[in-house]
Amino acid sequence: MKILLMLSVVPDTTSKINFTDNDTRFDKTGIQFVINPHDEFGLTKAMQIKEKTGAELHVVHVGVQANESVIRKTLAIGADKAFRIDTDPQDSFYTAVQLAEFLKDKDYDLIIAGRESIDYNGGMVPGMVAAMTGMRFINAVIGLELNGTEAMVDREIEGGKETLQTTLPLIIGGQKGLVKEEELRIPNMRGIMMARKKPLEVLSPVDAPVVTEYLKFEKPPAKSAVKLVDKDNLDELIDLLHNEAKVI
Amino acid sequence: MSILIFAEHQNGKPNKTAKELASYAKALAEKTGGEVIALGFGLTSPEDLYAYGVNKVLNVDDQRFTTFNAKAYAEAFKQAAAQNGIKIILTGQTADGMYFTPLLAGMLKAAYVTQVISLPEQNDPFIIKRKAFSNKAIAHVALKTDIKILNIAKNSFGLQENPVEGVTETFKPEVADEVFEEIKSVKVEKATGKVPLSDAEIIVSAGRGLKGPENWGMIEELAEVLGAATACSKPVADMGWRPHSEHVGQTGKQVAPNLYIAIGISGAIQHLAGVNSSKNILVINIDPEAPFFKAADYGVVGDAFEVVPKLIEKLKEFKSAH
Ligand SMILES: Cc1cc2nc3c(=O)[nH]c(=O)nc-3n(C[C@H](O)[C@H](O)[C@H](O)COP(=O)(O)OP(=O)(O)OC[C@H]3O[C@@H](n4cnc5c(N)ncnc54)[C@H](O)[C@@H]3O)c2cc1C
Repeated sequence: MKILLMLSVVPDTTSKINFTDNDTRFDKTGIQFVINPHDEFGLTKAMQIKEKTGAELHVVHVGVQANESVIRKTLAIGADKAFRIDTDPQDSFYTAVQLAEFLKDKDYDLIIAGRESIDYNGGMVPGMVAAMTGMRFINAVIGLELNGTEAMVDREIEGGKETLQTTLPLIIGGQKGLVKEEELRIPNMRGIMMARKKPLEVLSPVDAPVVTEYLKFEKPPAKSAVKLVDKDNLDELIDLLHNEAKVI
Repeated sequence: MSILIFAEHQNGKPNKTAKELASYAKALAEKTGGEVIALGFGLTSPEDLYAYGVNKVLNVDDQRFTTFNAKAYAEAFKQAAAQNGIKIILTGQTADGMYFTPLLAGMLKAAYVTQVISLPEQNDPFIIKRKAFSNKAIAHVALKTDIKILNIAKNSFGLQENPVEGVTETFKPEVADEVFEEIKSVKVEKATGKVPLSDAEIIVSAGRGLKGPENWGMIEELAEVLGAATACSKPVADMGWRPHSEHVGQTGKQVAPNLYIAIGISGAIQHLAGVNSSKNILVINIDPEAPFFKAADYGVVGDAFEVVPKLIEKLKEFKSAH
């Protein structure tokens, strides 16, 4: 069995978001990059399957060399081999084309991605890759049970969950719930040492059209100051909610 | 240049997302020309959409589509688009919408943008605004392909009635049985009798300040009085005080109700990222320095165990008077 993690590298969740070059580009100065939180759940799930079945686990990332330290972290947690497609992707479609091209001569049984990256929040790369490769795809996955090549997959739906039955090979867009929070893995010293010797192959990107173009960024309008209501005067609060906000 | 929208429904009736997409599409059609066409799967009252500007409803009457199947739905959209000269496709920020639309975009090799919060200013170049960086930024994005697909952020456009004379036609997509066999739905579990988070106009959310799961009675009561859904912060879900489905924030659900009430939640940056596009935010917190007050419209500094029961009483009085 072979598993692939499609890794997204994103700014740490506490990052202050700023822009540069006349607000046309995200300013990476001082930003710490981390494994996309949704992918962390996927990575731990992949490790659990690997330990149970002896599967081989690869990681692929479309991105710049500076992200290699984050890729190494996945190797330190236990992935066997990593690939980096050397480009600074301009949009999701471009990224998906790179991944679909990478998959052309591979035979992964299970491909795990995150539901979305927490930077651009596109939520589209895994589905596009599925369409481009013709692989089966399930999104917003919160549970995965494998039995040979049979898969039982829970996906989140409005107000609940749906269980789907399918067979491998399969691409999933994973998220929190795929494993428990306390099961999430972090690298240990031995893993970090071993990761240094694991292969990290750098591949060239293929040409792909840029179908969307980010022209400009702005900050959301600032909130006006909070209106504080005394806890002993909740009638005023009700009045504000009714007459001003018009929400009750 | 007609526009095709995904008409999701509940028990056959177009839901709020469908009506919001119709409202957006109608406003867009007024700029670009063309008709608004809705594609639904087993709608029983497609005519509900005429009120929001839908000129034509394509209603799929095929048992195989009764249960959502992402690939089959994407196929149906592809065929409907091709047969109706569609250049713009709109879907909603729902579990099903977010699932099949990237498949459709991949099939059509079309520019696809999610989290859209504005109409384009003009047709060419076609530039929209979208949320990015977990609500910490707004990006201006140009879509450069002939067919364009937009996923509209929830509650960003609102409902606008705009009645037109509509027609409904039966639509029969040609999708092979094998497609439905690839991935099969075996079970659906849904909380019953509760307002789902995704559709809620008002959300009552509580955090670690509530001290323990046994104290959620007043949160549920407040939600009931308001007809609201309940939500919680991440640690509350992690500790098992509340189900994971209630976790909102950067790594949980992103919500944008008309009123978000945060009780005993500090307002960490990751929590705010999932809730700060709510139209109004009310914070109840014992600590006047809680960061959440900076992101709030209304605030009460006080002990939740004192404020919430009083608020429930006041609201009950208000509701019986109105
Ligand atoms: C990668 C990452 C992702 C994350 N994603 C999310 C996410 O998606 N969603 C999320 O919520 N968090 C997320 N977090 C966690 C986040 O950083 C905070 O730890 C969390 O939101 C805090 O939850 P809380 O406000 O309930 O608890 P606390 O921070 O402990 O706050 C409790 C609040 O209750 C108040 N309080 C105490 N007693 C009372 C009382 N009697 N009456 C009224 N108020 C009272 C306190 O003043 C305090 O403000 C994430 C963290 C990381 C690192």
